[in-house]
Amino acid sequence: MKRPKIKNIPYKEFKDNETFEKLVAELNAKGTNVIVRKLDELIDWGRSNSLWPLTFATSCCGIEFMAVCAARYDIARFGFEVTRNSPRQADVILVSGTITTKMAPVLRRLYDQMADPKYVVAVGGCAISGGPFTKSFHVVNGVDQIIPVDVYVPGCPPRPESFLYGMMQLQRIVKVENFFGTTNRKQKDPYREEAEQRAEALYQQEEQA
Amino acid sequence: MFNFQDITTWIHGMLTGTLGLPEWAAILTESIGVALAVITLYAVFAIFLIYMERKVCAFFQCRLGPMRVGPWGTLQVFSDVFKMLTKEIINLRQTDRFLHNMAPFLVVTASMLTFACLPWNKGAHIIDFNVGVFFFLAVSSLGVVGILLAGWSSNNKYSLIGAMRSGAQIISYELSIGMTMLTMICLTGTMSFSEICADQAVNGWNIFRGHLPAVLAFIIYLIAGNAECNRGPFDLPESESELTAGYHTEYSGMHFGYYYLAEYLNLFICAGMAATIFLGGWAPLTIAGLDGFNEVMAYIPGFVWFIGKAIFVVFLLMWLRWTFPRLRIDQILSLEWKYLVPISMFNLVLMALVVAYGLHF
Amino acid sequence: MTEQNEQSKPQAAAAKPAPAARPAAAPAAPAKPAENELKPRVLAPAEARAELVRLKEKEGMDYLENLTGVDWGEEGLGVVYQLENTTTHQRVAIKTLTADRENPFLPSVSDLWDIANIYEREVYDFYGIKFTGHPDMRRIFMREDWVGYPFRKDDETEKNNPLRMTNEPLADTTDSYILQQDGTITKETHNIFEEDEYVVNIGPQHPSTHGVLHFRVSLEGERIRKIDPILGYIHRAVEKISENMTYPQTLALTDRLDYLGAMQNRHALCMCIEKAMGIEVSERVQVIRTIMDELQRIDSHILFFSCLCQDMGATTAFLYGFRDREEILKIFEETCGGRLILNYNTIGGVMADIHPNFQKRVKEFIPYMRKNIKEYHDIFTGNVIFQNRAKGVGVLTRDQVISFGCTGGTGRAAGWSNDVRKHHPYAAYGKVNFNEVLRTEGDSFARYMIRLDEILESLNIIEQLIDNIPEGPFQEKTKPIIKVPAGTYYSSVEGSRGEFGVFLESKGDKSPYRLHYRSTGLPLVAVMDTACRGNMIADLITIGGTVDYVVPDIDR
Repeated sequence: MKRPKIKNIPYKEFKDNETFEKLVAELNAKGTNVIVRKLDELIDWGRSNSLWPLTFATSCCGIEFMAVCAARYDIARFGFEVTRNSPRQADVILVSGTITTKMAPVLRRLYDQMADPKYVVAVGGCAISGGPFTKSFHVVNGVDQIIPVDVYVPGCPPRPESFLYGMMQLQRIVKVENFFGTTNRKQKDPYREEAEQRAEALYQQEEQA
Repeated sequence: MFNFQDITTWIHGMLTGTLGLPEWAAILTESIGVALAVITLYAVFAIFLIYMERKVCAFFQCRLGPMRVGPWGTLQVFSDVFKMLTKEIINLRQTDRFLHNMAPFLVVTASMLTFACLPWNKGAHIIDFNVGVFFFLAVSSLGVVGILLAGWSSNNKYSLIGAMRSGAQIISYELSIGMTMLTMICLTGTMSFSEICADQAVNGWNIFRGHLPAVLAFIIYLIAGNAECNRGPFDLPESESELTAGYHTEYSGMHFGYYYLAEYLNLFICAGMAATIFLGGWAPLTIAGLDGFNEVMAYIPGFVWFIGKAIFVVFLLMWLRWTFPRLRIDQILSLEWKYLVPISMFNLVLMALVVAYGLHF
Repeated sequence: MTEQNEQSKPQAAAAKPAPAARPAAAPAAPAKPAENELKPRVLAPAEARAELVRLKEKEGMDYLENLTGVDWGEEGLGVVYQLENTTTHQRVAIKTLTADRENPFLPSVSDLWDIANIYEREVYDFYGIKFTGHPDMRRIFMREDWVGYPFRKDDETEKNNPLRMTNEPLADTTDSYILQQDGTITKETHNIFEEDEYVVNIGPQHPSTHGVLHFRVSLEGERIRKIDPILGYIHRAVEKISENMTYPQTLALTDRLDYLGAMQNRHALCMCIEKAMGIEVSERVQVIRTIMDELQRIDSHILFFSCLCQDMGATTAFLYGFRDREEILKIFEETCGGRLILNYNTIGGVMADIHPNFQKRVKEFIPYMRKNIKEYHDIFTGNVIFQNRAKGVGVLTRDQVISFGCTGGTGRAAGWSNDVRKHHPYAAYGKVNFNEVLRTEGDSFARYMIRLDEILESLNIIEQLIDNIPEGPFQEKTKPIIKVPAGTYYSSVEGSRGEFGVFLESKGDKSPYRLHYRSTGLPLVAVMDTACRGNMIADLITIGGTVDYVVPDIDR
């Protein structure tokens, strides 16, 4: 089996939580003062423990997501069970399933409709790279072509455990964000700018019509 | 029985006497204090109820519910609140922005006003006057304006359908609520919440006193109250599987949070009213003849009784919600107009007869 | 082009690779032709239509089982119709084609069978064949601004269609082509929705469409006036990419079509290839496949129950269903290694022998499930709200379901006996006793009850087989490179939600020339408009839940 090499993270089947925690602490330590950092920690704690997913599933992975919500795996333990059907109220979009070229603008629109802060998890082979359908003319080879992805959860479909693991990684990502501080504030999202421009153009068009 | 009035008069005395404030300033200070207390209580209860709902629903569904945030997930809702507070509030183009922003506040205001009607303890009423029941009914129907506005101003078809459903439903079920309350007023002979409770502390709980018509009224009240709160099986204004999120589809961040809070608080208010009118409010359980037992019961403070009863009714309503499938709009309306309204009218007459002939206990 | 030409070509094609391919593919292959070969009669377009009318009227061929568009290269573009008699279960196939690649026209049969409407739109979308007399000639899977016809062998799809991030245009008008008396073809345009209709979009991202399906629903208050389904949001072109894959590779994609019928789908394709090549699989494999199919059916029906409860707002029942489903997944996981996508069947057998615990676990599961079905009835079936919402709602008559080709539980709820396991027995179904659950009401409640009763029936089948798994190899020896002899083949199995068929056209290569799946879900979506008209918007959810479609299976 080929062992993947990731900078700063020892392999050990990725069970090494300590390294991750250390990484989080290191990232948080840089250039922050006491009051702002404490407030940030509070907000990060709130955000990371309350990632409400959007019910969005296109194929098989959606069924596994339902299984994650069900009794045996119970995503509610982490506080993620409040699935919202309206993108306005959701925090994270779990792209579970193949995204076709017909679906791509719809997915991007859903992403644009979500309120900040928003996160994307690409679930399953299809969402990551096109999976078994890579060669198809009607399949987008990876959702990162259309929206920025925070966490990739491989599998076809991923097991519920990997779902949970992926969500925990997302929690770690959220924990190094700064709300008040400036050092590693989320950069202005190029996708978002583009979307805003498009929306503006569309609006102008409608105004004229 | 501990009387909360002792504390309030002491505070008033201290403000006017010890601090030497004039009467108006003392009342102003007290009002601000009470308002802050109400808002705090409102938030605390909302958080508690959301946590309770998530745990109760999890246990009904053979799950554990929130476990990771704090011991037994007790801090879960706090983290939700922090997230919600820092979440972006989206302003939409081509909507009526003023109404869109005002709608959630209307809903919250209505539910806060009704929240203030609850008699917490002997002598601890915030809003209490001789037509208290009327006031309660009047302000509780303010909420529907907020919902209709939300649906209208969002410029979204789902929202509009949800709001129209909600309007039809809430206005219909107001009728049953009014009727059942009237039935009980018939028995107690007063419209003031404090007197209703005081009456029950002496004569026994209304649900026992009024036997058959009271039990009937209690059941109708629970059904109608559940519908009034837009909760399952009457949750079709926001019916998730049909209208994504109903009237609040376009709300994000704390604006949505207000609806979320108001939903749970309305549940508590509905349960609290049931406790006040039917289950004796802060009055302890007394059984005629068992003096020792009655004395022990009287030692438990009134607010514990009140909150305990309200939580019990909340649990009943949650049980309903997590068991039944959702009704359809025509079924909801026919349930109200064809069954509940005639039954509660008949029930009112029955209660009048019971009271007239002194058939109650 | 003449008929003789038509018939001589496939024969010539068949003659060439046959001597090389047949003995090589299966050492013990008998000389007799494959039992699932279709041998469609080739007729000119106008004659084909006349013959189809005659078959329907005179010979009672009232069920249009499948309609496949094929690009025969130089010969032209055409379709293969497959009909079945619903009383004698006799099957017949007709093939017609046109050599005109620029402006191909064929006569429509959408007035004979309702389902032909959506099938012909599919053929138009993929091959650009326009059907004269069809009321609604629009694209169905691709975007409306798609360039070219992607399934044609000479189409430069990727070049003409870069990823478009603009919102999809949705036309409010549709075209139909009318063949006039003098042979000219005129185009007519109609409106789909009138100016003043209140049209609500249900989907493409909606919690109760069970995936990415898009209904444009015209409402009058809460009542539904019309539904216009828009498909293709999960069209992955499985059939097209299969044309460039070897046969074992194509197997992997079948699991991902209807992921709740993964076993059965793969079974159908394996069976089709095995029969075409004349491979005899062992008794053991037959029985294992039967048990697995039935377990999969139970899995799917439990999920059906769960999702229906969820859609109707009874969240607790949803979780009870999932609790039991996990028990089946445990069995699957031990033997197949997967939970949802199982990849178990192979050409000539199964991937691995059953796990030593398999029989024990299945035997534990049977009484457990029987007990829990009672619980389902207690918590949901008996509920007065559910009964009021389901009884008499979305009624489909027997004629309608046959005309729409709604097989499976939806058809059987309306009294149409369409169980492939009974009428065309395969695997070990010929040897077991089981009842085909039938009801006559045709409403949502009947469709729901059919599924729950079928779970019990499936348990019966498993119970009969689980102790009698014969000894034998779990995998037949096959050549490393599998080549199916030239010809047209069709095999079908009873999937979780209806007849799942595999139409395979081979030119004797190592990859299929045309592979078409008879989707179980497409007819179910086509029937939604008929079933929902006049009902409430809330009923759309109930009806959609009870007809039980899986979207990736519709779009393929």
